[in-house]
Amino acid sequence: MKRLAVTALATGFAVVLVEAMLNLGPAAIDLRIPVRENLAESGVSHAVTAVLLNYRGYDTLLEVAVLLLALVAVLTVTDEADVAFPHMEHPVLQTLARLATPLMTVVAVYLLWAGAFRPGGAFQAGSVLAAAAVLLHLVGLLPGWRSPRLPLRLGLVAGLLTFLAVATAMLARGALLEYPPSMAGGLILLIESVLTVSLALILAGLFLLLSRDEGPS
Amino acid sequence: MMTFAFDLLLALSLLWSGWRALTTRRLDRAIVLFIAFGLLMTLAWARLAAPDIALAEAAIGAGLTGALLLDAYGAIRRRSDRT
Repeated sequence: MKRLAVTALATGFAVVLVEAMLNLGPAAIDLRIPVRENLAESGVSHAVTAVLLNYRGYDTLLEVAVLLLALVAVLTVTDEADVAFPHMEHPVLQTLARLATPLMTVVAVYLLWAGAFRPGGAFQAGSVLAAAAVLLHLVGLLPGWRSPRLPLRLGLVAGLLTFLAVATAMLARGALLEYPPSMAGGLILLIESVLTVSLALILAGLFLLLSRDEGPS
Repeated sequence: MMTFAFDLLLALSLLWSGWRALTTRRLDRAIVLFIAFGLLMTLAWARLAAPDIALAEAAIGAGLTGALLLDAYGAIRRRSDRT
């Protein structure tokens, strides 16, 4: 009886929600027109990239900081346990991974470059690179990471630091992250390139730092 | 008509895979269903004309998160085997 009442209530609520969604009025602020009108000054010709790295660059900056923070949290729980190759010596899988990795790298560079004028960008490119690293690790070609040394640490923070450096440099000219239209394209490409490397390392690190070979299972 | 049928199928399979992923008793099945849910979500974003989100969802949501979850599942199983 109680179950029936709960089901009926939940169904009624779902119906009301669907009804409300279908009757949504138009959005109070329509930002599509200002975005399109100012696209020429943003340095890129793809609206999403313009929003992510120019109009709302602040959000992206903090997003990268959050990812870095997640990795730092992972680092605090990993220990110096022995990290070995996973027990996987499958020649077909290894050959496939060897063939796929260069292709994935090319795709990542393409996604990064395409971000300026069509769907793509640093996050997608970085995650494709990270996926390549995870793939290599799973087939036993890339060992898990120990606690990172200086080069890796620099690689992990390079994206955020570059972004911050550009933001601070822009502060001298006026406002934080307000690129001058003539330099915007170059600055966005610079930030996105370094971000791609850092994001790939961070995302791969989330997997490779936690992946412990805990002896034969 | 064809696209409407596809959208309806997509929406239903999204709901179904999401429900199954939450309610299934076996963790490994839940993870595989979650990955399937992510891939269907990618299709949904593509149908909503948001290719940027579709790319991110496919790479991060379904790919990396799925791999992490499977890795965690492997670690849990090894640990419970040992004790």
